[in-house]
Amino acid sequence: MELLIAIMVGVLVAASVYLMLARNVLRFLFGLILISNAANLVIFASGRLTPQSPPLIPEGADAPVELVANALPQALVLTAIVIGFGLFAFALTLVYRTYQNLGTLNSDEMRLAEPVEAKAEARK
Amino acid sequence: MSWILASPIIIPFATAVLAFLFRAGPEGRWLSVIGSAALLIASIVLMVEVLDQGVIAAQMGEWAAPFGITLVADLLSAVMVVITGITGLAVAVYALADIDEKKEALGYHALFQVLLAGVCGAFLTGDIFNLYVWFEVMLIASFGLLILGGTKVQLDGGIKYVTLNLISTILFLSGVGLLYGMTGTLNMADLHGAVQRVDNPGLLVVVAVMFMIAFGVKAAVFPLFFWLPASYHTPAFAVSAIFAGLLTKVGVYALIRTFTLIFTTDVPYTHTILLWVAGFTMVTGVLGAAAMNDFRRILSFHIVSQIGYMILGLALFTPLAIVGAVFYLVHHIIVKANLFLVAGVAERIAGSTDLDRIGGLYRYAPFLGLLFLIPAFSLAGFPPLSGFWAKYVLIKASLDAEGYLIAGVALAVGLLTIYSMTKIWGNAFWKPHPDGVEPRLSRLPGKDRAAFLSPIAALAILTCIIGFFPEPFVQFAERSAAQLLDPTDYITAVLGEPVIAPVAAEPVATQPVSVELTSGEPVTPTREVQQ
Repeated sequence: MELLIAIMVGVLVAASVYLMLARNVLRFLFGLILISNAANLVIFASGRLTPQSPPLIPEGADAPVELVANALPQALVLTAIVIGFGLFAFALTLVYRTYQNLGTLNSDEMRLAEPVEAKAEARK
Repeated sequence: MSWILASPIIIPFATAVLAFLFRAGPEGRWLSVIGSAALLIASIVLMVEVLDQGVIAAQMGEWAAPFGITLVADLLSAVMVVITGITGLAVAVYALADIDEKKEALGYHALFQVLLAGVCGAFLTGDIFNLYVWFEVMLIASFGLLILGGTKVQLDGGIKYVTLNLISTILFLSGVGLLYGMTGTLNMADLHGAVQRVDNPGLLVVVAVMFMIAFGVKAAVFPLFFWLPASYHTPAFAVSAIFAGLLTKVGVYALIRTFTLIFTTDVPYTHTILLWVAGFTMVTGVLGAAAMNDFRRILSFHIVSQIGYMILGLALFTPLAIVGAVFYLVHHIIVKANLFLVAGVAERIAGSTDLDRIGGLYRYAPFLGLLFLIPAFSLAGFPPLSGFWAKYVLIKASLDAEGYLIAGVALAVGLLTIYSMTKIWGNAFWKPHPDGVEPRLSRLPGKDRAAFLSPIAALAILTCIIGFFPEPFVQFAERSAAQLLDPTDYITAVLGEPVIAPVAAEPVATQPVSVELTSGEPVTPTREVQQ
């Protein structure tokens, strides 16, 4: 199980790096979404996978009687998913607005904030 | 006790809600000023308490220490919160004149207060995952502030800022996950002991470097700083100022905290990387500044360059160097925020921030010239202003540690800083205005003038006070550095008297972490500290 998840994390990261190397900002964003899911899986796996023993406390007891799965990583992953979802919703809107206003998604053409060769052109 | 610790977070959040409700009218901006003033008072109360009692900690929701979320304040956290209060109030007053009604209606004041809450939360938390959450709070508020107004330049800068910061966040998150996997705890005080027991130190260094990269992006160090000069000159001046003052410094704070408290297992390796990073950050930042020709873009590159000095203090890792880093951090926030505020006034009366298109400020607004000179000279390190003492301590520390090369670099960078400052001075202040405009301060309406100039003057006076009477501030930094280098107090305040031992009976890294949950260790930290 760990091996499967490890391979999955690797595949996700590889795919996201491929996407993030693209000049298109939207592809970059999709890459980010993939890598954030890879990060979630990392947390999940590093909390150790304990299948088929839910962290339940039997009635009347104070603590679980036998070895149970660790519930904390799931809580962490859940928090990370929620936060990530909010951030990506924002980022997606931002990319859309940028496309509307600048008319491009190519990061090479996005040089408004840092104009290149403004001086060189002025000299011509 | 817990109220004192929680109030610097609760006050800005409450203010944010109120400011959002009243965003359509003038009440919103005054609520923001009042809330910021309340934050400053709360932070001073916290500081007094910390000075009086040493490190204080509180468990949120009464969950015992290594399991629940802890808020901790040692001297470094406390001073950072106070500085947040000071800059927050200064910028809130400045925003009365700088932020127009359109931006207010979009919720500027609410976002600003959320940003302050996020920053204070990051300074006060004692839990590494909670630190991630505060980073996100800070980040989403800063995203909003950065693109508020939605001009093309802002969107362009915003894309770079958002994407690069999201990558750093994801790296941080994976680092937290792996660290938890190795140690089985997220509490920073508990981690200090737990990392010593990790049986694969090599893996720990890998995680340490992941944290270094993640916080390095936030702190804008070489070679991860490119988002900063791409975006910091695009938003409103009040936003630029608070970003410049606080945001990167949260990254530096996080680096200082984690690399003094947690990742001290392989100091020669990790801190050598930091030393190189510090040198390159200083040099590339200042060279970038020298190449720019815009008021705010020069200042943005200066931020990068100055971050290098703070990292230098951390990297040398001697008591004196940490003193320098803490002192530098405090001095820099005030000075840097102030320079951006000055840039805002210059733009308002002279019409631009492009140095080719403005001028005559010295002739027609000499008072502004004085207000610029104080932080500018302080940043460059002129005696007797605050920056001189900060640099003096750091360079002495590097000479003591026999880092002659890095000391030379730090001195040379100081010189280049002056060069780029004189560029601003010569173009914006000395040369006549190219369009023949007379940039007088009296061109501003009276109310705006007061709101613009009073925070600038107050911060300049603060810079002078730190410069002329550095003794108490250096002593404070010494005490703070002592706490950082010997975190016993910090750990005792969080975990109570030593009770950590039982959990460590088995090497956590090789066992399923769930062992901890099932074994039902009676963790009973002494609670008198936390009440």
